[in-house]
Amino acid sequence: MEIAKLSMDEVGAGLRAKQFSAVELAREALRFAETENPKTNAYLRLCPERALATAARVDQKLAQGEDPGPLAGVPIAVKDVILTRGVGSTCGSRLLANYVPPYDATAVSRLEEAGGVIVGKTNCDEFAMGSSNENSAFGPVRNPVDLERVPGGSSGGSAAVVAQGTAVLSLGSDTGGSIRQPASFCGVVGVTPTYGRVSRYGLVAFASSLDHIGPFARTVRDSARLLSVIAGRDEMDSTSAFAPVPDYAAALNGGGVRGLKIGLPKEYFAGLASETGDLIHRGIEALAKLGCEVREISLPATDYAIACYYIIATAEASSNLARYDGVRYTTRVDGDTLLEMYRNSRGDGFGAECKRRIMLGTYVLSAGYYDAYYLKAQKVRALIARDFAAAFAEVDAIVTPVSPFPAFKLGEKLDDPLEMYLSDIYTITGDLAGIPCMSVPCGRTAAGLPVGMQILCNHFNEAGMFRLADAFERAGGFAGE
Amino acid sequence: MKITEDEVRYVADLANLRLTPEETARMQKEMDGILGYMDKLNELDTSQVEPMAQVLYGAGETATLRADIGRATLSNEDAVGNAVISGGGYFKVPRVIER
Repeated sequence: MEIAKLSMDEVGAGLRAKQFSAVELAREALRFAETENPKTNAYLRLCPERALATAARVDQKLAQGEDPGPLAGVPIAVKDVILTRGVGSTCGSRLLANYVPPYDATAVSRLEEAGGVIVGKTNCDEFAMGSSNENSAFGPVRNPVDLERVPGGSSGGSAAVVAQGTAVLSLGSDTGGSIRQPASFCGVVGVTPTYGRVSRYGLVAFASSLDHIGPFARTVRDSARLLSVIAGRDEMDSTSAFAPVPDYAAALNGGGVRGLKIGLPKEYFAGLASETGDLIHRGIEALAKLGCEVREISLPATDYAIACYYIIATAEASSNLARYDGVRYTTRVDGDTLLEMYRNSRGDGFGAECKRRIMLGTYVLSAGYYDAYYLKAQKVRALIARDFAAAFAEVDAIVTPVSPFPAFKLGEKLDDPLEMYLSDIYTITGDLAGIPCMSVPCGRTAAGLPVGMQILCNHFNEAGMFRLADAFERAGGFAGE
Repeated sequence: MKITEDEVRYVADLANLRLTPEETARMQKEMDGILGYMDKLNELDTSQVEPMAQVLYGAGETATLRADIGRATLSNEDAVGNAVISGGGYFKVPRVIER
């Protein structure tokens, strides 16, 4: 078997035809991950015991003629901000270097119940804060497409393992673009579902009004299948949505997209030159050839999204990260008093980006500044959501770039945090509005760097989003180019 | 200037975050730039806009409540299992009360 290119269908067919067992496939995935990982640092740890135990259960079910589940035997990697019982989960932070969770995230238990085989935990920016994966306490991830370049962030490891083929699928988390941007940089599919579509129980909180769990895959269809498994109401997360979960992959069904109305927000294309712009425009032409009606729309509040996002996200982060106090989670630096111990533990444990966000968030929430920053940002957020609601009264989907540029070189943007924040412009709006959005491969630059096209749809219209992405993938043939 | 080094030290105290003098100086510069950028929001008149306090909530008010029935939770051993120092089922911290 050539694990690097396996699709879910091929895994299923191979198991049914007894070309390989789930245990053999898991062993091969683990072996391949071990040989590849020194190049990319995409895995923080492999979990062979757990993987082989899950795979053995799948084989047993197959032997007994039972349904092994929709993800049977599929090797899956999980971002290290998503908790796995008994398997260390560091969140890319020194503070949690030795943390071993006592419970599984709901997304994790659901995918294992569906027969998915978790092979390891992936590297990420510390507490999912970053756009390049250079903020991990355990070293940056290198992009498998070009090892001199970043894989994007913060779910850089989860994008890289699917691109290099050491896993067939992976889970990431997205707060401001942390699934779509690395998917774009690594040339894979990355999906941010509707806010509340997937339970966040067991996702280490960064910004609770913006955090999502979502899938990475090499094809739209596989990403749709994984989402169907992990989505749905969960009693352990009161923000999880009650709306029923469709079989997203079945809904694809080679469906046509003729007559679908697609909006191109002019604010996202102003000033977008370069190869990225050319490739996105080529992609839009391909959609038009498929019979989509393409028209220009306006999302007037776009220009204010970055400022709005970095107020809300940092404010929520400063609250969520308050729990790392040297008492409950693994790392403590002593001090003469309790307060000194807190301060030393946090000062020593957090990296520069986390400190910057804790400071910004604490500042905007502090006495005298709340109205000027946080409340103002919540109002602007309402305007951004209103823009999208108005747009979706006119169009079925919105298409934009994912990032203004393809993967950049390691170290290239480290010295200017504001510039790094500004590069999130196309992805943060979807998180602010809580709508589903995804990155689908849209060709490569002359230097061979992948570029992703973003598709955004209205709340809970993942099925429509997948249908468009699938039609594009099949017509464009850009995937795996 | 949006923020001074003294204010940076004040905010670091609020956040219980020890910063070195070098970190404080750098933080002042970076926060000043970022907060200056955030002033952009003042260009927008939002006097008639309700803040977005809830992202999405389609269900009824009591939909997320469950029946008041006891059920298994984390064991005490698991709950303190990741603490640096624990004992007798408790987290241990530096002394806060002098006897």
